[in-house]
Amino acid sequence: MNPRFYPLAATIAIFVAAYAVCYAQFPYMLSTRVAGNLLTDNAYLGIVAVGMTVVILSGGIDLSVGSVIAFSGVFVAVMLRDSGLHPLAVFALLLLITTAFGAAMGAIIHVLAMPAFIVTLAGMFLARGAAYMLTIDSVPIAHPFYDLMQDAYWLMPGKGRLTLIGVLMLLSVLGGALVAHRTRFGASVFALGGGEQTARLMGVRVGRTTVGIYAFSGFMAGLSGLVFSVYTGSGYPLATVGTELTAIAAVVIGGTLLTGGAGYVLGTLFGVLTMGLIQTYIVFDGSLSSWWTKIVIGLLLLLFILLQKGLLRLTSARLSGAGTGAGSAARAG
Amino acid sequence: MLLTIRGLSKGFPGTKALDGVDFDLAAGEVHALLGENGAGKSTLIKCLTGAYRRDGGEITLDGQPISPGSTSEAQDLGIGTVYQEVNLLPNLTVAQNLTFGREPRRFGMVDGRAQRAEARRMLEGYGLDIDVGRDLGTYSVAVRQIVAIARAVALSGKVLILDEPTASLDAAETAMLFDVVRGLRDRGLGIVFVSHFLDQVFDLTDRLTVLRNGRKVATEVTAELDRLRLIEHMLGHELEAAERAEHALTDPQATTRPELLRFAGFGRPGHVAPFDLTVHEGEVIGLAGLLGSGRTETAELMFGAHAAQSGTARDARGDVPLATPREAIAAGFGFAPEDRKTDGIVADLSVRENIALALQARRGWARPIPRAEQARLAEEYIRRLDIRTSDADKAVGDLSGGNQQKVVLARWLAMNPRFLILDEPTRGIDVGAHAEILRLIHEITEGGMAILVISSELDELIAVAGRVIVLRDRAHVAQLIGAEITTDRIVQAIAASHGTDAPEGEAA
Repeated sequence: MNPRFYPLAATIAIFVAAYAVCYAQFPYMLSTRVAGNLLTDNAYLGIVAVGMTVVILSGGIDLSVGSVIAFSGVFVAVMLRDSGLHPLAVFALLLLITTAFGAAMGAIIHVLAMPAFIVTLAGMFLARGAAYMLTIDSVPIAHPFYDLMQDAYWLMPGKGRLTLIGVLMLLSVLGGALVAHRTRFGASVFALGGGEQTARLMGVRVGRTTVGIYAFSGFMAGLSGLVFSVYTGSGYPLATVGTELTAIAAVVIGGTLLTGGAGYVLGTLFGVLTMGLIQTYIVFDGSLSSWWTKIVIGLLLLLFILLQKGLLRLTSARLSGAGTGAGSAARAG
Repeated sequence: MLLTIRGLSKGFPGTKALDGVDFDLAAGEVHALLGENGAGKSTLIKCLTGAYRRDGGEITLDGQPISPGSTSEAQDLGIGTVYQEVNLLPNLTVAQNLTFGREPRRFGMVDGRAQRAEARRMLEGYGLDIDVGRDLGTYSVAVRQIVAIARAVALSGKVLILDEPTASLDAAETAMLFDVVRGLRDRGLGIVFVSHFLDQVFDLTDRLTVLRNGRKVATEVTAELDRLRLIEHMLGHELEAAERAEHALTDPQATTRPELLRFAGFGRPGHVAPFDLTVHEGEVIGLAGLLGSGRTETAELMFGAHAAQSGTARDARGDVPLATPREAIAAGFGFAPEDRKTDGIVADLSVRENIALALQARRGWARPIPRAEQARLAEEYIRRLDIRTSDADKAVGDLSGGNQQKVVLARWLAMNPRFLILDEPTRGIDVGAHAEILRLIHEITEGGMAILVISSELDELIAVAGRVIVLRDRAHVAQLIGAEITTDRIVQAIAASHGTDAPEGEAA
């Protein structure tokens, strides 16, 4: 097998193994009902993690997404309450706002040559603050169109429900994978993650790409916010605090190199599902504290970081064994 | 001529990197560009590839005047470059690297199958049998170099610049690379080959041009040139009567002075072979040799920048530990490194702070040097070394190269060392300051301090050193004392021992 698939294979193997363990203890976990719920419950996380994957592949980070999700929910709820606009119009408006928000952060990162960490940290406070400006309460969403969306599902064999938002997540993963792996924009993203200086020498338009990356992440965060509002049926400015970190964890467990340049969008889906699986297991068990989720996720993260280091070392060790000591330096650089 | 350069000039603050350089490149030739560090090779290449804007002169390609403003513009004109550090992305596949920016697409999506086919087609004729679907980073540096060449040729296709492409390759890999280069020459490309391995230059190139101090020294047909003349071209042969006279001043009796340090069997594998060296009080020792011959490595070993793995250093009182620079400084050593800008000065600190730096480091942070004392030190050395600065609180980065070098000297002199190592003390310094630094070296030694000078300028060594050690292939091969020190003798010592059996592609 091509070594570039190793981390992805490891991610999928861990998911399958975890599912096998769950199945051995609770055979019912291998049912379309559980699978359907796994997709539905993690839909918003999966969507935002796709955006985060592209950002991390480029060597960046986007800390604003959790706040943007909260802002999106509140924005939609307040707009539906206070204006007569159709939800679809509100959705379009919201996606425009969050995409522009992401693009603006990307522009600042590029033009001012600021670290993405700081710029998106500012974005995080800004978006959270904007959500509070709209309301400080939880605003319920009561609109016939929302009822329609919440009830839209396909009954799989075995009475499992494949919901609209679950399908939306799978489509996002598909879309994200195409963008990252099958477009010139995607190639530029990987190039940036491999090294900005080299990418520039190879002809990458760094500014345009950076703006595109954060705009994409902003769009995905907005979409995730919409899905979250459908999922909860309300908008609440205190929602999804820390979701950006959960998304980063899902991306890393999905096999993407945190320093950028290597990874797969499909891996992120399995990262999200693995995290969801742990939660489901704890619910099934009933006696375990839900904090065990965090502990297992922490251990998994550690495992993946070690795995990535190990793979890197293996590659460079084999190269220097072939008599080219500069290999490891070039690889690390 | 495919590429013609006439009167190319490029200056940087305080120094002239290129001064009216002419260069010709014909289609179907490999043309070596030679010179020591700082001779202007990389500046010339950067002017060609659009990384620098030239100050003056003309570049024509195929008879058309060009002035590329960026690397990609140069690429579009037909000038491709492959650097020592491969400028491709190790995290992308070979195919992605080769077709980057020109990926074949179907329905707006990159067509992976066509991309790999295109990549295999581009690699045809290079004798590589590799899986283009794998990450470039999983292949050796030699393979990456060839992939980089294939990309540059496909993108540019007229002029290929190879900047030290063999620096990290072993002999077999170098041979493989040379086959590729010869194949490209036969296809009619003009190839500029930069290397400091003379064997490779004689092996591969048709003509060569030597630069020294930003000026063209000579352009010759490689086959008609012998090694001796080439080394003379590179190291210079412009001995003036005045300098000879000055040389007479350097004390030929230096070796009879009291012994200061004795290095025995001092060496480290991969850096420099074990050597013996005795240093006397008040003596100036010169280290001569070509780039990569082990001059700087010798200095680094003596200063503990790399620990010696064999041998001892002794003085009158016994063993001197030299495993780290700290120990070397404690033993009264000083080292002004070659790259003044990155290793020598702290550009943002003032002249006063830079001079006080090493002294402060020795006192430790708990006993700060009083400001008045710092000011006194700074004033003293500004006066003694004639540092041209408006005041002691000016940032060192704003001074000219020569004055920066004097600040570095002042910092070590403030420590009052007994043994000072100067690596290329006059690099990038204008001619006036040049002579001044040499004068200072003489002055300093009058107080009994011993100095080791590394220089690519033979004239300089002849003028300043009472004894010259010649290095070749990382070993000390000859020693010249007093009147023996002449350009001819040094060049002969370098060339005579420069056998053809020297391992090719040894890392620099």
